[in-house]
Amino acid sequence: MNWLLVVLGAAVGAPLRYLTDRAVQSRHDSVFPWGTFVVNVTGCLILGLLTGAVASGAAGPHLQLLLGTGLCGALTTYSTFSYETLRLTETGAGLYAVGNAAASVVAGLGAAFAGVWLSAAF
Amino acid sequence: MTAPETESLRLRAPGARPRRAWRAQAPVVAVVALGGALGATARYAASLWWPTPPGGFPWATFWTNVLGCAVIGVFMVVVTDVWAAHRLVRPFFGTGVLGGFTTFSTYAVDIQKLVDSGHARTGLAYLAATLCAALAAVWLAVTAARRVLKWRQR
Repeated sequence: MNWLLVVLGAAVGAPLRYLTDRAVQSRHDSVFPWGTFVVNVTGCLILGLLTGAVASGAAGPHLQLLLGTGLCGALTTYSTFSYETLRLTETGAGLYAVGNAAASVVAGLGAAFAGVWLSAAF
Repeated sequence: MTAPETESLRLRAPGARPRRAWRAQAPVVAVVALGGALGATARYAASLWWPTPPGGFPWATFWTNVLGCAVIGVFMVVVTDVWAAHRLVRPFFGTGVLGGFTTFSTYAVDIQKLVDSGHARTGLAYLAATLCAALAAVWLAVTAARRVLKWRQR
């Protein structure tokens, strides 16, 4: 049952990342990987909200596996984030690479903290 | 996955009917879902096998992310430089399996939990260690894979 929840959540989260990335990337011309940035920060916010809900007892362990481990885990990615950062340095966009790494970590953490805080506030 | 998917962006030519675009995209979305499920299952298995005690350093997620970054480095060199792979290989393995295996949200929320429970120093160490190790892993993997290819082509 637990495994099935993770599989189901991830089977939705991964295509959601792919489609969001494509939609975002087709809407700007910059070399900055906005698509991955958007899915990662959004996933951090959702997982923060969920973590707050679990802590307050509003959500149970099953929802945690479905939406947390499965959906948010597959919606967000570290491998594409670091590969895109490396590609930016290789194409001479070193400042973008540093900016991507710093902005992703800061915005991701900010979203996670905000999610937990918002969950606790309601 | 952004850069690796540029070829699929061409599928939606201006004026192309949405239905045709969807028909071309449906298999890609399906293999991304399948790969994502496989990758996430492996990550979940790792988290059960190596549980993190409260306030402890999340080693399972750390190694999952670092390993996923090393593998994507080798994979991208192979599919861009040597292997004329089927068009579904990259979305299945790169976007699906590795994207589902690695995670940014658990990384961020685990730091939040560590800070919140009074283990800010561990949280900060985890923040920096994952970022540095992940970037080093992808760089080393790409460099090593290119060297091996060059050496084999001689």
